[in-house]
Amino acid sequence: MTDAAETRPAASLGRKYPGGVGAGPHSDLRVGAGPHSDLRVGAGPRSDLRVAAGRHGNADGARRPGLAGRTDVWMMLAALALITLIATILAQTGVVSVSFVKLLGKTLCLCLAALALDLVWGFTGILSLGHFAFFGIGGYAIGMWLMWDRTEAIVAGTLARAELPPTALELQEAIGTQIFGVVGSSDIPWLWTFAGSLPLQLAFAVLVPGLVAGIFGWLAFRSRVAGVYLSILTQAGTLALSLWLFQNDSGLRGNNGLSGLQNIPGLEHLPQSVISLWFLWASAAALGAGYVLAAWVVSGRFGSVLRGIRDNEARVRFLGYEVEHYKLAIFVGTAMVTGLAGALYYPQAGIVNPAEIAPIASIYLVVWVAIGGRGRLYGAVIGAAVVSLASSWFTGGGAPDIELGVYTIKWTDWWLVLLGLSFVLVTLFAPKGLGGLVDIWTQRRATRRDDLGPDQGSKRAEEETP
Amino acid sequence: MRLFLAIVFLFTLGLPAAAQQDALQTALQAHGDQIAKPSRRTIQPVLDDLAASGLDGMPAFLEAWAAKEVVRKEADGLFYYGSRDGDVYVLRSVEDGSDAGTVGRRDARELKPNAGVRKLIATALVQFQLNDPDPDRRRAALDALSRNPTPDLLAPLRASIEGEENRAIRDRKEALDRLITIRFGDDPARRIEAIDWMADRISLEARAALNAVLTTDMVVGDPTEDANVARLLRVGEDLSEAEALARLAEAGILPDTVSRADRDAALIAAIRNNAVADRPVATLDTEEARWAAYEALAGDGLVPPRPPADAVATLIAQNPIHAVYDEPDPAVTAAAEAALSQVEARVARAQAADLGLDALSLMSIYFLAAIGLAITFGVMGVINMAHGEFIMIGAYTGYVVQTVVPDYTVSLIIALPLAFLVAAAAGVALERLVIRHLAHRPLETLLATFGISIALQQIFKNIFGTQAVPLTSPDWLAGAWVLNDVVGISYIRIAIFVMALLFLALLVFILRRTRLGLEVRAVTQNPGMAASLGVDPDRVGMATFALGSGIAGVAGVAIGLFAQVTSEMGAGYIVQSFMTVVVGGVGSVFGTLAGAGMIGGLQKGIEWLNPSNTLAAQTYMILFIILFIQVRPRGIVPQKGRFVQ
Repeated sequence: MTDAAETRPAASLGRKYPGGVGAGPHSDLRVGAGPHSDLRVGAGPRSDLRVAAGRHGNADGARRPGLAGRTDVWMMLAALALITLIATILAQTGVVSVSFVKLLGKTLCLCLAALALDLVWGFTGILSLGHFAFFGIGGYAIGMWLMWDRTEAIVAGTLARAELPPTALELQEAIGTQIFGVVGSSDIPWLWTFAGSLPLQLAFAVLVPGLVAGIFGWLAFRSRVAGVYLSILTQAGTLALSLWLFQNDSGLRGNNGLSGLQNIPGLEHLPQSVISLWFLWASAAALGAGYVLAAWVVSGRFGSVLRGIRDNEARVRFLGYEVEHYKLAIFVGTAMVTGLAGALYYPQAGIVNPAEIAPIASIYLVVWVAIGGRGRLYGAVIGAAVVSLASSWFTGGGAPDIELGVYTIKWTDWWLVLLGLSFVLVTLFAPKGLGGLVDIWTQRRATRRDDLGPDQGSKRAEEETP
Repeated sequence: MRLFLAIVFLFTLGLPAAAQQDALQTALQAHGDQIAKPSRRTIQPVLDDLAASGLDGMPAFLEAWAAKEVVRKEADGLFYYGSRDGDVYVLRSVEDGSDAGTVGRRDARELKPNAGVRKLIATALVQFQLNDPDPDRRRAALDALSRNPTPDLLAPLRASIEGEENRAIRDRKEALDRLITIRFGDDPARRIEAIDWMADRISLEARAALNAVLTTDMVVGDPTEDANVARLLRVGEDLSEAEALARLAEAGILPDTVSRADRDAALIAAIRNNAVADRPVATLDTEEARWAAYEALAGDGLVPPRPPADAVATLIAQNPIHAVYDEPDPAVTAAAEAALSQVEARVARAQAADLGLDALSLMSIYFLAAIGLAITFGVMGVINMAHGEFIMIGAYTGYVVQTVVPDYTVSLIIALPLAFLVAAAAGVALERLVIRHLAHRPLETLLATFGISIALQQIFKNIFGTQAVPLTSPDWLAGAWVLNDVVGISYIRIAIFVMALLFLALLVFILRRTRLGLEVRAVTQNPGMAASLGVDPDRVGMATFALGSGIAGVAGVAIGLFAQVTSEMGAGYIVQSFMTVVVGGVGSVFGTLAGAGMIGGLQKGIEWLNPSNTLAAQTYMILFIILFIQVRPRGIVPQKGRFVQ
């Protein structure tokens, strides 16, 4: 439907099949060894054959440089190690505050979520305006355990002073009153059945986003909902989830959300300065692992099909691929990774509430990836880090006001205007985003016969005009 | 002789005048002491007498009397209207309110009727008010009566019906007569007649009157012979076990139970050497262990035995609880039950109609908000996330116009076209500056317009503040069209409905009958072919963008009249608008109308099913739409053309 928007007169038919029919699969093999020289689909009509070659399992696969050949993976792991090390040293010597360490850790979690979104959007072309909902679900799942276990400890402490040892029923009732008193209830909702178990809740932090994404994606993809329709539906689904959570009888404490999550049960004896460092390391490790995983996924044949779907879904379908399965797999997989990122983020943030899941949050996630440069993994990470840190700097009053004589620009008021407009400018003039700067640095040019990226790749108009 | 004549003349002239002037005072003096020191038991005949006198000044005197504004001079016992001013009372004549000098504080006494007397005075006043020549005062009296009906007002009310000339007021008086008859009448036949008459009504008053007849009381145990039993209450269905136990407790029937708190208290009291009945305290960490320990104590006779688990159920079974009508006459309650069920059926139908009106109004709002989005999406294939901000721009335009032009009607007449122009200009600017450069990249367009949306919201917040600004509707739009106590719709919503109809007609006309419409339809169906045939898609795109944004601006003014104008108001409508477009089908006016109707109806319907929770209504609606897309992925009215994916 969206392709129908092509308004220019038809391009010449002659461009349509430049590769010619006689060119066999081998004529398209590339021998490059750069980090991005793996199988590409989007470059143009020729790539049909390359996809076909990959599918038939000939020598192409063997020549793929693989994960170890990707410079960006090593750079990213080194950078993460360096940041973690420096932050740890500075925190130990007291140069940076606990809240800064937490900010750093939280930013790394956001980077992981952005990385996941990049896989869905930058590599597969599914613009999900709902990925932050998975982040929030992950936070809620872990938050339930944190809150339950801590409340249980407090309640048990109180009841231990009673003359009779507490019974299980008494504990349940006291916990119920403690947690749900704020929404005028003392019954424990069924959602909290397994809240006392850390392994189960950790599993839920990953599995529930996967399940939600699976159901939603299955319904959406099988009825061929794509493009802007899908984006709007994901946004609507996110809105539905946040509205549901806002109710007091949702069983998740309504708009109060879950709070006090920074207190980790069993670690009460440790100061926040130590816990924040642990979380920073965990976040860095998760991001590192996520990056390696993402790089592995996009380096392989699977990644090639994803890019093919992004650049021309119909063509990949005609080649015999089950496009819906690929889309569902990446949608569910990234939802699970995002859930994990949320599970790491909210113990550092200390509170999770329905406002976190509101559609705007997912859109900010998209903004980060877009400004960082979608379609490249490091772009998403850089974008999320830069924009979210800048955002907390500007809105936190860190940026100095600008005196214009008649008017003073207060960045707390004008930051969103700056962000919105820079987002528009990036979309219009620098679709590669901040990641494009890396290209300049590494002297990479799009002139190479290589992945043209989501921007060029989705210029379907030139390819598809009848 | 001349002197005599003069005296006679004076007498003939003066006597009637004096008699007339003093009529009220005379009437009052007839009961002087009782008026000065009224008691609730003895004052009624006095009041009847005063009321029967039919004097013009009587209602005013009664009002003043009840308001404690009457004083009596000690010296001659005359009554005056008086107000305290320092050490003196300023007196006014009871006859005509003329100045009657002052009197020392100690030489007069204020009349201070007690609450009981004041109530009787008020009742006596009602018959004056019910016969007041001013219809508004009669209506006010009826309002007061219907708010607080009492049996003693029945007689004056019935008496006033005969002479009533105003038809509407007479109808109200008759209705009120029946209402009071139902509740307080003593003739069963007459009450049943009134109840049957009520069965055809729908008003809140009618329902209140019938419900008042049907009030029940819960009676524990077997009801007495003459009790008018409504029904047996079943525990678990009609009332919960806890409520039933509370009723039983009120009746002095206490169940034989040992609560967990009682048990724990008994156990704690029985702790000896860190053990209860030879069980170490530390082992009492389950409910079973505690009960076992308690039973051990009971076995020793230290505490009352734990009753069997079904003790409470047995007790409840032994003591049935009946709902018994307060009204003793079964015929009356039966008639009232029948009448009430008729009234309620009628109320349910009226509520359905009211819900339909609500849904219609919501539909017109969604239609206005979404139609611009639908046609630009159809023509250009782009989603404009800043569409909601055009709604906001329209509303703020209306606000700015109102600050300049104080007359609300004039400012509204200026604001509507101005909002169209401003929003259309903003739309054209957006199209030329951003969207045109992102042709064929719908997702990027969505994102770029989203950036615009963030920036616009924040800019308007910086200019106009975070507080909602007022957009006041003119007086002639302020009221509501009320059919009856259940069905009603505000004029603003009717106006929005009319406006939606106008824009629907306008759009259908433009699309079906004009050159632009032909080109729009051509570009929507096949842009490439349209371009080959000489249609300039850029120009068509811009025109539709201007039109769509302009309509959003007008919708903003309309929405601002009944909702709050804030910088975030557009964001609240954008998701609904997209849902409307998605459900209705892209690029079709009637599809959008169908989508708006479906979403509006659905939202109201879900709210009706679950009125306490509008948040949940939204959630269910969105889930429903996601499922609906499964059935009709292209919407209710699918887009036609070769390039539909």
